[in-house]
Amino acid sequence: MSAAGPLSPARRAWLRLKRRRGAMFGGTVILTFVLLAIFAPWIAPYDPIATSWSLIRKAPSGAHWFGTDEVGRDVLARVIYGARASLSAGVISVGISIGLGVPIGLLAGYVGGWLDQLIGRMTDAMLACPFLILAIALAAFLGPSLGNAMIAIGVTATPIFIRLTRGQTLQVKMEDYVEAARAIGNPHLVIALRHILPNVLPPIMVQATLAIASAIIAEASLSFLGLGQQPPAPSWGSMLNTAQRFLTQAPWMAIWPGAAIFLAVLSFNLLGDGLRDALDPRER
Amino acid sequence: MGAFLLRRLGAILPTLVFVSMLIFGLQQLLPGDPAQIMAGEETDPIVIAQIRAQYRLDQPIPLQYVAWVAGVLQGDLGESMRIKRPVFGLVMEKLPVTAQLAAMAMLIALTIGVTAGVVSAVLKDTVWDYVANILSLWGLSTPNFWLGIMMIFVFSVWLGWLPPSGYVSPREDLWASLISLLMPAFVLGNSISAIMMRHTRAAMLQVLNADYVRTARAKGLKERVVVIKHAFRNALTPIVTLGALEFGALLSGAVLTEQVFTVPGFGKLIVDAVFNRDYAVVQGVVLVTATAYITLNLMADIAYFLINPRMRT
Repeated sequence: MSAAGPLSPARRAWLRLKRRRGAMFGGTVILTFVLLAIFAPWIAPYDPIATSWSLIRKAPSGAHWFGTDEVGRDVLARVIYGARASLSAGVISVGISIGLGVPIGLLAGYVGGWLDQLIGRMTDAMLACPFLILAIALAAFLGPSLGNAMIAIGVTATPIFIRLTRGQTLQVKMEDYVEAARAIGNPHLVIALRHILPNVLPPIMVQATLAIASAIIAEASLSFLGLGQQPPAPSWGSMLNTAQRFLTQAPWMAIWPGAAIFLAVLSFNLLGDGLRDALDPRER
Repeated sequence: MGAFLLRRLGAILPTLVFVSMLIFGLQQLLPGDPAQIMAGEETDPIVIAQIRAQYRLDQPIPLQYVAWVAGVLQGDLGESMRIKRPVFGLVMEKLPVTAQLAAMAMLIALTIGVTAGVVSAVLKDTVWDYVANILSLWGLSTPNFWLGIMMIFVFSVWLGWLPPSGYVSPREDLWASLISLLMPAFVLGNSISAIMMRHTRAAMLQVLNADYVRTARAKGLKERVVVIKHAFRNALTPIVTLGALEFGALLSGAVLTEQVFTVPGFGKLIVDAVFNRDYAVVQGVVLVTATAYITLNLMADIAYFLINPRMRT
């Protein structure tokens, strides 16, 4: 590797990331999905919830590239609008996990002692419940809606961020610069937020990217089970649920929403893997 | 061994207590009057009063919790509102179906995942390594309900080789039973095999660089013997213990797989319960899966302890 020069660590990580074709592919696809979601009203060829009795289950054609569904809605338009539900669910639920998990993990790692023990046992308890089963239970008790699905997924994924932040905090806490910050009399809050938090962020960023991938699958799963986005609003998961009933007559209804989930999840996984390698060159 | 066991059990107990609090706490999330909600479509005030008394909903929450835990410890997980049967019995009835599905899926996952992992580690940076890594990315990124639907389309609708849904008990007809779960087990095993491949690859890469492997090679042993007898046997320990951790992913995946293929197991039970607003069943399923997960982890820890002599000091 060439001399580092005056490059900042973030810039160096970006240069390393740029060389990873997988990560760049993932990033490009994610960007495309984000643009599709934002500009859906201008890009989508039809209204995603407009039904038409003359267009029921029509195979893909020049007018309807992805075909139409059981009530004559355009599948392409619904896949484009579905990106909104999936992406926002991915980002918002991971936002919830980070918002809860990072402060709690920081507290556990920094303070230690009985508080750490207590938080550790509670984290164990949540991790003992299989991810999707706990999310289903939470969504069921909260009531079926996209918002509640995001809360359920976010809360269920929180322990991962608690554990990660705690572990990183324990490591960073022992570093000389933290010792120095303490020696000159900084208050605990300043040490935790100014000196520890920035140094535990890189692995959290990697985890967050991979967590978005899991959250998108989880949202699609909950919607598939009827616990997420409610009809007639489009969501990839609920589209697959309907599609299964018409598999013999209209297989195209099942192909595209599933392919969209696959592509979105794959892209976040690729970007996450690339970020990990770029932020921690010692791996691999 | 005694001290080790005692220490592990000591750590599990508080976890179990928190699990029970968590699952009991779910009830508090219900908006409005829980007795009213648990009654479902029933509006008869006498029935609602009965529910309120049965679940002690008129008492303070800590008392409700204690009564609930006391019941759970005696195997009383409450009663299904819908089918008026004890939850414990329902769960136990569905358990063998999911266990069979999970076992078949794990077998498929291990076969594919471990083989691919060993191959990609031994042939690191070759085409094979590339292919194995692409396969694992595919496994990690495919939603298993979509894979299930697509497989039904290809193998049932199009080719007509396999039944699209349903379940045959092995006591009725063992062969038909295996066939009925073949597609679901493959779908469920697919994502786990990707994880197993990554674990195996990492573990193999580590041991392939170890001194004793170099010694074995220096002795002039055949590469096949070195890889299988010297490297793989030592890589097996982390593979087994990490494999046990995938039990949770297996159960999560089973919920969707059973839904797609209408397999009457655990996952179908919890989904049906959610739709019927049968909250006691939902709680019961979460409790049983969490307890099973904790027990399995303990067993994996003990196995690790027994296999690995370095832990015994």
